[in-house]
Amino acid sequence: MAHAYTPGLRVTRQAAIEKERILPLKGNVEVKVGDKVKADTIVAKTELPGDVTIVNVMGLLGIEANEVAEYMIKKPGEKIVKDEILAEAKPLLPFLKFMSGKVKSPIDGTVEKVNDITGQVYLREPPQPVIVRAYIEGVVTEVIPLEGVKVKTNATFIQGIFGVGGETNGIITMAVVSPSIELKPEFIKPEHKGKILVGGSYVGIGAIRKAIELGVVGIISAGMSDHDLKELLGYDLGVAITGHEDLGLAIIITEGFGRIDMANRTFNLLKEREGFRASISGATQIRAGVIRPEIIIPLSKEELAGENEAKVDAKDGVKGGDPVRIIREPNFGKLGKVKGLIPDLMVMESETKVRVMEVTLADGTDFIVPRANVEIIED
Amino acid sequence: MFKKNDPNLRVILATDCGSTTTKAILIEKIGDEYRQTYRGEAPTTVEAPFEDVTKGVLNSISEIEDLSGRKFLEGEQIIHPANGDTGCDIYISTSSAGGGLQMMVAGVVKQMTAESAERAALGAGAIVMDVLAINDKRLPHERIERIRQLRPDMILLAGGTDGGDMIKVVDMGDQIVAADPRPRLGISYQLPIIFAGNKEARPIIQKNLGEKFALTMTSNIRPTLEEENPWEARQKIQDLFEEHVMAQAPGYNKLIEWTSAPIMPTPAAVGLIIRTIAEKEGINVIGVDIGGATTDVFSYFRVENEGIFNRSVSANLGMSYSVSNVMAEAGLENVMRWASFDIEEEDIRNRIKNKMIRPTTIPQLLDELIIEQGLAREALRLAFEQHKSLAVGLKGIQQQRDIGDAFEQDDSGTTLIKMMELDLLVGSGGVMSHAPRRSQSMMMLIDAFQPEGTTRLAVDSIFMMPHLGVLTTVHDKAATEVFNKDCIIYLGTCFAPKGEMRFGDRAFTYKLEMETGEVHEGEMKFGEIKLIPYGFNDKGLPLRGTGTINPSRNLDMGSGKGRAVKGEIFGGVVGIALDARGRPLKFQKDRQERVKQLDNWCSAFDAYPARKGGK
Repeated sequence: MAHAYTPGLRVTRQAAIEKERILPLKGNVEVKVGDKVKADTIVAKTELPGDVTIVNVMGLLGIEANEVAEYMIKKPGEKIVKDEILAEAKPLLPFLKFMSGKVKSPIDGTVEKVNDITGQVYLREPPQPVIVRAYIEGVVTEVIPLEGVKVKTNATFIQGIFGVGGETNGIITMAVVSPSIELKPEFIKPEHKGKILVGGSYVGIGAIRKAIELGVVGIISAGMSDHDLKELLGYDLGVAITGHEDLGLAIIITEGFGRIDMANRTFNLLKEREGFRASISGATQIRAGVIRPEIIIPLSKEELAGENEAKVDAKDGVKGGDPVRIIREPNFGKLGKVKGLIPDLMVMESETKVRVMEVTLADGTDFIVPRANVEIIED
Repeated sequence: MFKKNDPNLRVILATDCGSTTTKAILIEKIGDEYRQTYRGEAPTTVEAPFEDVTKGVLNSISEIEDLSGRKFLEGEQIIHPANGDTGCDIYISTSSAGGGLQMMVAGVVKQMTAESAERAALGAGAIVMDVLAINDKRLPHERIERIRQLRPDMILLAGGTDGGDMIKVVDMGDQIVAADPRPRLGISYQLPIIFAGNKEARPIIQKNLGEKFALTMTSNIRPTLEEENPWEARQKIQDLFEEHVMAQAPGYNKLIEWTSAPIMPTPAAVGLIIRTIAEKEGINVIGVDIGGATTDVFSYFRVENEGIFNRSVSANLGMSYSVSNVMAEAGLENVMRWASFDIEEEDIRNRIKNKMIRPTTIPQLLDELIIEQGLAREALRLAFEQHKSLAVGLKGIQQQRDIGDAFEQDDSGTTLIKMMELDLLVGSGGVMSHAPRRSQSMMMLIDAFQPEGTTRLAVDSIFMMPHLGVLTTVHDKAATEVFNKDCIIYLGTCFAPKGEMRFGDRAFTYKLEMETGEVHEGEMKFGEIKLIPYGFNDKGLPLRGTGTINPSRNLDMGSGKGRAVKGEIFGGVVGIALDARGRPLKFQKDRQERVKQLDNWCSAFDAYPARKGGK
């Protein structure tokens, strides 16, 4: 039988994390293997070709397409500044002055091409610099020539379930004292500027707006509402491909939409790492090539405990006693332990016939749930 | 080595590498006929940590080994040809893993060459990321910016009739060069571009684009204004899909070596089987495949004795990854009109988003199933609307349309999809194939597509249409036999007049004369739907019969308002639906009345018996 369990999100105190930092197109790598880098260190640079502007020289001078090249004052490859003469038609005889004409460049840039079929001239603006930063504090372990690097670090690593906003970094700061408390606006203070705030069960639009206003760089919360997400983005998010939103901060939710207590392990781990600098990214892509939002808090040498990362291999499936979270109604968000796997297919209330397991919830009640509706929690 | 349609072919192994699951089926020749015997599935392994599609393929095949007791694998190799109880004669596969085939198309005039290019790309199984045209109301620099942003697997460039204007297609080519788009997979390989425009422009296009891109020329997709010729471009797209795109995806080089026929994009294979069946039976067919991320609609309609095949893909309408987008596009009100219970807006929004972020979960509660099937109706409805707007004129080389018709495309829009002439509607995809009750699948199809007149309905039993599509390229008989015997499950026949009237008034009278000798006669009131169970004969074939529907003067069954029509009855696992709810479907305005109406409809189909609507 195929394995249908949703592998749990990683929540681990210590893991070796390696990040590939690659340019969108080829360029220069600025660091070498063994270099120690900070999150903001530039590791690779390139130049993105500038935007193209098309000038209809044929039409503007009233000439044939194949004549454009001979009327060009600036030839392909030459630089040009805005309002400089690009092409000019001079009459052979002075009294035919009305036949003269000039075409000025609308931009600063370079003449790229003269098309003798269409009579159009392509101008390209100066290239735009593109930089790639290390994103995490660590050591460069590999240089991919002309493309980028790999950076490795030992860190506390927590994956969220969904996020918005791109990469950023800041100091982890607890804004609530318990995983079941909502992060309210009044908990957010001016001294939180540049910080990553950790909330509990929920964060509403009021708190998010206040955080943006005060310069908070990130919010970590168990849940939020889709209604607030829509208000924040200004549109109804249809497909979970995020990370490019320009919100002024990154938001990572660890459990799901709605009010749900944050898993104790996640909350306690964040509390333990309070005061340390974390790199976070809200980028989420729930399609081929799943990307989940992440919190990476590098550990210093002294903090390395020699503890290995707890491993949960989805291929092994779940077994009795494993901690799980219910990820669909009823009992959505509740935590429990696997009491047993029931081998036979069972018919649910919806009449769907599925493989199930029995879970003992935190309050002691036993509950039959489709195996596809639980998530393994790393212990 | 087996020849095409080789009668000695006995054991066929086929896989479909989907974006989340790889599905394997085994087809065996039992006696003189081909039957699908076993099925296995495993998670697709294109992504990290495996990054090798063949791992998932091997896992799905090993599941078939477990179930069938037949050995197919020797280490990490598929044993072929078959020998006694081991191996298979051929192995074939389709793929939509890693996002399938993502293309951008460009033409000169949006309604003419660009639209032809779009249809050619869709017909080849691609997701079309954007359609560019000189008159697409974008400025050149905006177009260049857009090309640059997209990272397509391939570009199809069309434009200009043969011997006609060259300037605009050359200009479009220059804009592509200026944008210098990067392929989605692989940083250093050349992006494939197919030029299927004015043949006179080929030398210039070669000069301008040849160095930067992997440029291929095919015959003009629109050689004259009256003629559309997508076939060569479509074939070339599929060739390049395997040569370039698949070759970049992890593990595909190995998979390509294993297969006995080229790997097809999944939607192209589904389209092929639908088309084959429609041509063989001489009927008009609509097929739909609703997946987690996308919904594909296929249609084959005969117009003036010429079959016209169309495919559309709604890239962001689906039941898991894209479920939130279904709500965003349809609107919450439209989704909830299919539920006869109340739920807070915030609650439903959060539930749908939670399904999006954890796409593999399944509805445990009945209310959750009802919401999910409501979302499916809306996804299907929206996908079908998109299909109708695109299916406006794909014609083969043999058939031409005059210039007047060509210009009519914009206004006519839906001219090719005539629901009154539809013979068969086939549903596929998890929500259809795995609905707890087949009557739920039948209701979803009727509610979303609203067939008119007399229409037969069916579902794909376990989602094997892609496998059978690629099989048609190797063994037509095997594909057809398995399609008829194991793939398609006939649900029944729907009788539905078109038009609108007052709720409760007499809509039509009916007389159903069954092959079994039974006769059902009666009257339907407007707003009602009724189901008469009617199944299969001793040989397992659908029972037949004749239905006479005599509509009231406001309704039309296909012969004009108020005119009686005789239609052929085919039984099925659900039966005969007498649908007097009007076309378009008419809902009660008052909420209480609407809930009562829904309960009655569901009750007629015994769709959700645990709720009030159950019998």
